[in-house]
Amino acid sequence: MTTTPTKGAGVATPKRSSLQRSGDWARRMPLLPAMALVLIVTQLPFVVTIIASFMNWNAYYPEERGFGGLANYKTVLTDPGARKAIWVTVLLTAAVVIISLFLGLCIALLLDRKFRGQGIVRTMMITPFLIVPVAAALLWKHALYNPEYGLFNGMLTKLFGKGAAQPDWISQHPMWSIIFAIVWQWTPFMMLILLAGLQSRPMDVVEAARIDGASSWQIFTNMTLPHLRTYIELAGLLGSIYVVQNFDHVFTITGGGLGTANLPYYIYQTFYTAHDYGLASAAGVIVVILTNIVSTIALRTVFSIFREEKR
Amino acid sequence: MSTKTATLANGQQVNFKQPNRGGILLTILAWVVGLLFVFPVLWMVLTSFHSEADAATNPPSFTAPLTLAGYRSFFESAPWPSLINSVMASVVSTLLVLVLAFPAAYALSIRPVKRWNDVLFFLLSTKFLPVVAGLLPIYLFAQKVGMLDNIWLLILFYTVMNLPIAIWMLRSFLAEVPSEMLEAAEVDGAGLILTLRKVVAPVVMPGLASAALICFIFSWNELLFARVLTGTVSQTAPVYLTCFVTSQGLFLAKVCAASLVVSLPVLVAGFAAQDKLVQGLSMGAVR
Repeated sequence: MTTTPTKGAGVATPKRSSLQRSGDWARRMPLLPAMALVLIVTQLPFVVTIIASFMNWNAYYPEERGFGGLANYKTVLTDPGARKAIWVTVLLTAAVVIISLFLGLCIALLLDRKFRGQGIVRTMMITPFLIVPVAAALLWKHALYNPEYGLFNGMLTKLFGKGAAQPDWISQHPMWSIIFAIVWQWTPFMMLILLAGLQSRPMDVVEAARIDGASSWQIFTNMTLPHLRTYIELAGLLGSIYVVQNFDHVFTITGGGLGTANLPYYIYQTFYTAHDYGLASAAGVIVVILTNIVSTIALRTVFSIFREEKR
Repeated sequence: MSTKTATLANGQQVNFKQPNRGGILLTILAWVVGLLFVFPVLWMVLTSFHSEADAATNPPSFTAPLTLAGYRSFFESAPWPSLINSVMASVVSTLLVLVLAFPAAYALSIRPVKRWNDVLFFLLSTKFLPVVAGLLPIYLFAQKVGMLDNIWLLILFYTVMNLPIAIWMLRSFLAEVPSEMLEAAEVDGAGLILTLRKVVAPVVMPGLASAALICFIFSWNELLFARVLTGTVSQTAPVYLTCFVTSQGLFLAKVCAASLVVSLPVLVAGFAAQDKLVQGLSMGAVR
């Protein structure tokens, strides 16, 4: 890649000047309040979570509280519900990210040309992302999926008459119902990042290739896609970080039923309804491990962008 | 699907050559896709203005008479406390984020601390930790100190949730402040406040705006923590929405009206600052 793909993350390595030659503590002062707060509110709870994950701790049975060793982990990894939740989380995240990335790429390409109403179409595309997630989930569940008066079945009746099939979308395809509702909201996100990537392409080089007789397909596969790679990675990884944590859609559309409870929902339920604090914590630690696998890759990508820019 | 992409790539020729039939087809396709994505929202708007009986027909009635009944029954259900809580939680936490993030970003770019790189990546890594794993300790802490169902607990949590994003974004803007200008200002004897106002602020204002937008949207949307940490007193609008669906009678128009009202601040902010959205979502990595 010859050009820097992203501008923002760039830092000119800060120069040491007379302005900056004051004491270390004077430099640290502005950073301290923010750092202290982040450390206390994000790191401390995780320490407690890890400790709690090794304890027998159910708020309903306070007298049984004590050290439980690996029992909670054993339960999480052998309990069919918990194992299912791990699998659902992986499936949900992968499906949503892959589908919305693909759609986002197609739509970004479609919008990356001048045409009448380009701005309006872009605005229309962004709209789903600006609906509060719970509201969007309610909209899909009640206004679109509902078997009796939802829009989908309504349109089937309108198109094929009274005898048209009237599937019960959510109970017949619970996972896909959730996946599509989330895809609808995240495709705009992917599209926005990929469109920004497309618009940062060096057009003079593309122009030159075209004059040299390269076909549009060749330009797409040999120039556009390689240029977009960083953006695709960034969009995919940021998207997975957000989707892995999805709670709103699962909670609203199926209430975690019909085999759609993902890990965030499972933890919520174990802790909030079953009050099994130890088990919920062990599940929490497992989510952290799962996300860490993804985020190590993510951080590496961000870091490579960061490095590239420092040059 | 490969044909689609092929035609897309084909269509890019339109940028340079005369418009052709393929270009018109692509324009139509773009419009169709845009309409498809916005359609559920339009349907929600239309349904919110229908009576409950008209909202629940099959086949759907597109031309039923319009009414404000849905909005009326939403506002009669006493949503104001939760809306005010949401405004409190998102606006106050956003302001706190900016106040804390600006000096921190300053200490990571203009007058950097040692190992500023590590600090930056530590902050980013906290964003990758799933919040749900911290739910229990925070709940227990709140219970212990008697802060359950207190909006300030939520404000504190949202502030920390958004702080790393804001620091990253502001830093990427501050890094573009030319150091020559800072030195010149110093030589001319400008104090810190004056330097900040005259040299730093103009460059950083757009960054502050995107950071504020994204922090506001994230805290306005948040459901899980709001649900667990609040009760009747300090529940936020998303929590109120989840309790709004009843099992008795028809409620579709009412729910659509409620969902739209709750989404309105995000829609307005997002439309007003479309280009800032990308920067914010990518933590300043994409502009």
